[in-house]
Amino acid sequence: MNGSYELVIKPRSGWQAIDWREAFLHRELLGFLIWRDIKIRYRQTMLGGLWAVLQPMMAMLIFTFVFNRLAGVKSDGPPYPLFVFAGLAPWVFFSNAVTASSNSLVANQQLVGKIYFPRVFIPVGAVLALLVDLGFSLLLLLGLMIKYHWALTFHALMLPVFILAALLSASGLGLVFSALNVSFRDVKYAVPFIVQMGLFMTPVIYPVSYLPARLRPLLALNPMTGVVMGFRSALLGTAMDWSVVRLSLIVSAALFMLGLLIFRRMERRFADII
Amino acid sequence: MPPIIEFRNISKEYKLGGAVRQQETFRELLMRKLRSPLQRSTGAATQSSFWALQDVSFDVNAGEVIGIIGRNGAGKSTLLKILSRITDPTTGSIHVRGRLASLLEVGTGFHPELTGRENIFLNGAILGMRKTEIVSKFDEIVAFSEVEKFLDTPVKRYSSGMYVRLAFSVAAHLNPEILVVDEVLAVGDMAFQKKCLGKMSEVSQGGRTVIFVSHNMAAVQNLCQRGVVLSNGKVLFNGGSEDAIQQYLHSVAGTAAQGHVIDLANAPRTAKKIRPKLLERMEFYTDSDRVMPGTMPMGAALKMRVNFNFPEPVENFDVGIGFDNVYGQRVFTAHSSFEPQLVGGEHVGPQTYVCNIPSLTLVPGEYVLRVWLDISRREIDLVSEAARIQIIESDYYGTGRVPWNGVFVLKHHWFTERGSGVSSNS
Repeated sequence: MNGSYELVIKPRSGWQAIDWREAFLHRELLGFLIWRDIKIRYRQTMLGGLWAVLQPMMAMLIFTFVFNRLAGVKSDGPPYPLFVFAGLAPWVFFSNAVTASSNSLVANQQLVGKIYFPRVFIPVGAVLALLVDLGFSLLLLLGLMIKYHWALTFHALMLPVFILAALLSASGLGLVFSALNVSFRDVKYAVPFIVQMGLFMTPVIYPVSYLPARLRPLLALNPMTGVVMGFRSALLGTAMDWSVVRLSLIVSAALFMLGLLIFRRMERRFADII
Repeated sequence: MPPIIEFRNISKEYKLGGAVRQQETFRELLMRKLRSPLQRSTGAATQSSFWALQDVSFDVNAGEVIGIIGRNGAGKSTLLKILSRITDPTTGSIHVRGRLASLLEVGTGFHPELTGRENIFLNGAILGMRKTEIVSKFDEIVAFSEVEKFLDTPVKRYSSGMYVRLAFSVAAHLNPEILVVDEVLAVGDMAFQKKCLGKMSEVSQGGRTVIFVSHNMAAVQNLCQRGVVLSNGKVLFNGGSEDAIQQYLHSVAGTAAQGHVIDLANAPRTAKKIRPKLLERMEFYTDSDRVMPGTMPMGAALKMRVNFNFPEPVENFDVGIGFDNVYGQRVFTAHSSFEPQLVGGEHVGPQTYVCNIPSLTLVPGEYVLRVWLDISRREIDLVSEAARIQIIESDYYGTGRVPWNGVFVLKHHWFTERGSGVSSNS
C-alpha cells in the first residue's frame, strides 16, 4: 500500500483547477461508467442498437422529402440525402449527448450523494458513451455512399479532429447544463427546446452558401457549425470554408474549458442540494 | 507515528433557506430577484442556517476501530460525508494518511438493468477497486454473497435479500487502509448480518482502521474499542466504547428530561380517596453506581432507591415496584416483603429502601414504573406512573446480534446430542 499517501480535506472556495492527477487515478471508473451507459441504453428493447441508426436515418428521409423535394433546398454538391446525413450524424450525436449529459447528474444523484469520485466523469461519460451510436451512423453513411457511388477521399483523415470538436462542444454544454440542473430542474425542459432550435441554427439541412457572407462569422460562433461542415468535407470530400470552421473549432474548445470551470465551481455544493 | 486521521475543528453549516431554495425554478428565482428590494427582510429571515457540526476535533490511530454514536441529527452522517469528500466542511480540516474507502450505503451505483456479474464490476469500481482487484476477488465475492445461480440475471429480478447480500459482498471485499461504514448493518436478514459482522471484525483484526457509525449499540460494543459520541454536532465524549455507550444513553435520556431522581411527593395520585402521601422520592442507578437517567442497556444493573416516611410506627408493610410494558402488560414486580431479613420490626420516620436488580433482562422498549406502599396488606399510597425507563439494545449474548422477540432475555445454551439424525454422510 502507499504509505506516503496523505490527503487534507478542507473548505474550498472560488474557482478550482481541474485535478488531472485524480482524474487519472480514477480513470477505470470513467471506463465503467461509459460501459454501464452503453450496456443499459438499449436493454430490454426489441431493436436494440438498431435505434442508433434508425434515428438519423428517419430524420434523413424526412428532411430529404420536406426540405429537398418540397421546399427545394439544394446541397452544395453531393446528392441531398448524403449531404443531409453527413450533417445529421454529428448533429444527432450532439443533441443526444447534450440531452443525456444535462440530465446525467440528477439521474445519478444516488452516486453523487454517497460516493466520492471526480464528478466530471458523469456528464463527460454520458457524452462518451454515445460515441458508439455515432460509429453506427457513420457505418450507415458509408453504406449510403456506396449506394450513391460517392468515393471516400483522403479528407477522411481529418475526421478525428471534428469528432473531437463534437465531443468538446457536447461536453462543454453538458457540463454547464448538468451543473445547473442540480439546482434548477428547468434545465430538463429547456434543453430539448434549445437542441431543437440549434438544428436550424446549424447548417445541417442547408449549405452555408445559402447565408450571406457577412452572417457566416455569426454562424461560426455555433461550435456545431464547424463540426457539421468538417464532417461533410471529411466524409464527402467537398471544399471547406476554413475561416468559418477554424473559428468554430476554437469556440468548441473554449466552450469545453468554460464548461469545466463552471462545473468545478459549482460541484462542491452538489451533494448538499441535489 | 502521527494519527492516521486527524479531525481539526470541523464545522459544517447548512443554509436552511437554501435548502428550500434548492428546487427553485428560474421563474421563482426571477420573481424573488424582482421582489427582493421589497422583501429583503423576509428573505433574510428565511436564510437561517443550521450547524450540523461544530468544532469537531479528534484523532484516529492506525488500526483502531472507532464507533461514532449519537442520536439522529447529531451530525454522524455529515461527519462521514465530509471524511468521504462528498461534501466540504465549512471550516476546519481533516488530515487523512492512508487510502480510504467509504461505504455510506449498501449497493450505491447498482443498476437494476445490469446482471449480478456486471454490477459486481461496476460497484467495485465505484467503491474504488481496481479492475484487476475485482477480477482476482470475483470468486470470493460471489461465494460470500450466495447468489451464484443468479449471477447472470438482472438484479431488478433479485429479492431484496439477494440484492443486499450481493451489494454487501462487494463492499466487504474492499481492501483500503481506512474503512468508513455508515449504518449498513441495519439491512439484510439476521444470518447475513452476523456474517457481515464477522467479516467486519476480521477486517479490523487485520490491522485496518475502521470508522463505524451505528445505532446498534450491540454492534458498537462488539466491534469498537473506542467511541466518539456526537450530540447536536459537537463531540460529547471521546473514549472507551463502554463509556461512550453510557454517555450516549445519558444524552438520549436527556431529552426525556426525567433524570435519575424522581420526586414522588409531588407526583399525581390517581386514587379517588384522599390518602397520606408517604412516598417521597425515588432514585435510579446502574452498573458501578452510575446514575441512570431513564435509559439503560438491556442486561445492565438497575438499583432503585425509594424514600418514604412513616409519621406513625408501622409494623407490617411492603414497598412494591411494577414494570409495565407499552402494552400495559405487567412484566415484572418487585416486593420488599419478599426479602426475608426485612420482614418484621417496628418502623417510624424516614425510610430508605433499595432494590437491586443485578441484570435487568427485559427486551428493549419503554417501561412504565408503578410504585406503591402497602401497610398491613392494604394499599396506602400509589404513584401509578412514577417513572419511565427506556431499555435499549445491547450485546447481551455477546454475539453482536440483538434479540428482537419475546419479553426478556435469558442466558441459555444450545447443544446437540449424539444420535440426532444428520443427513450428510460424515
